[in-house]
Amino acid sequence: MRSLLSLLFALLLLPCSALSLERSPDALVQQVTDDVLNIVRQDKDIQSGDTRKALDLVETKVLPHFDFQRMTALAVGRNWREATPEQKQRLSEEFKKLLVRTYSNALTSYKDQTISYRPTKLEAGETDVVVKTEVVQPGNKPVQLNYALEKQGGGWKVYDVIVSGVSLVTNYRGSFAREVRSKGIDGLIQMLGEKNKQLETGNK
Amino acid sequence: MKPLFSRPLAAYACAATIVAASGCATTVDHDPADPFEGFNRAMFAVNEGLDTVAIKPIAKGYDAVSPLPVKVAVGNFFGNIWDSWTAINNLLQGKGGDALSDVGRVLVNSTIGIGGVFDVASEMGLTKHSEEFGQTLGKWGVPNGPYFYWPIIGPRTTRDTAGWLVDTTYDPVWRIDDVPLRNSLVALRYIDLRASVLPADKVIEEAAFDKYSYIRDAYLQNRRSEIFDGNPPPLFP
Repeated sequence: MRSLLSLLFALLLLPCSALSLERSPDALVQQVTDDVLNIVRQDKDIQSGDTRKALDLVETKVLPHFDFQRMTALAVGRNWREATPEQKQRLSEEFKKLLVRTYSNALTSYKDQTISYRPTKLEAGETDVVVKTEVVQPGNKPVQLNYALEKQGGGWKVYDVIVSGVSLVTNYRGSFAREVRSKGIDGLIQMLGEKNKQLETGNK
Repeated sequence: MKPLFSRPLAAYACAATIVAASGCATTVDHDPADPFEGFNRAMFAVNEGLDTVAIKPIAKGYDAVSPLPVKVAVGNFFGNIWDSWTAINNLLQGKGGDALSDVGRVLVNSTIGIGGVFDVASEMGLTKHSEEFGQTLGKWGVPNGPYFYWPIIGPRTTRDTAGWLVDTTYDPVWRIDDVPLRNSLVALRYIDLRASVLPADKVIEEAAFDKYSYIRDAYLQNRRSEIFDGNPPPLFP
């Protein structure tokens, strides 16, 4: 009984301790990246394209540091304000699934690259910052991989991932806006839902 | 020097396209950046077909048989040739320091790096830059113009198509007199480049609702970022 209590206690403390550390945004990005890549480097299944395992890894290690509501709002653009709270909720849920999958697919293609971290200038009181990293790949020019973070309460949350200047979030703006114009917010929710379902059945 | 078949060919292709494009720009609800979407989608389909039956399988084969050091050497070799053009473009954009560093890279890599096969300069701290004439035009204030999706060379705005023509005219590989050697090198460079982006295939395939517009939107964002050397002013406040 006592061990059960201490376990519960530890579980309760876990998220708090992670928050109270007050890590700087660049330290957070570096730590999460290093953690994830260390696992990928040792996991032959992920390296050979096991999407399920990569999805689990992203869900446990990366997901808690992302603000999907903000990401979805960015991708949907102007139409976001017209959505009901329930529609917003469903949009975020579906968009989250899609982004997690995109991120996982990128991880399974990770091979011989190394990450270098660019210094991040952070003014006192700043609540919005871009952390710049570079994916160095032998024989090719390095790829810029940047994270936009916002300070929320106790910690920093990622709200955009930018690869070679391409935002994985705002790149959807055009196609999302087109869908909303022709079929409304519910049409967009349906489009996202169908895509996710199709991806799920595609590679179990 | 022999005449470059690529130049007249590309010029004809351009002329033919503009005629063809004006006839088939009938897509509803199109992006203002992409007035010739009908034509572009047709060309995109052609390229996807070519890629599926020929280019991708060859690139996969090349990727499978070449050990990493070979691929790195090939990438470095062509990268070194391109660095001289990068230097000129940096100079044209008024970035003297970068241009000087690029000249240093070519000197170091061509000698100590044995003809560019080893990228010693990067290890010495001379960062590799990515420049071509399309970016230079962009820096000079030339706007994108309509977006095009060309066969073989893929997405280019009108400005970047012009830039590409100038790039190809300069390109030392295209200027080699020995035609079989020139063609082999051009093909090797193309396949090596295709092989290097093989891992991105699945990411794009699964992320995109409509692959054509996903690639177009990404291309336009990427070019904007390149012109501002990775620090574009925010587009969405």
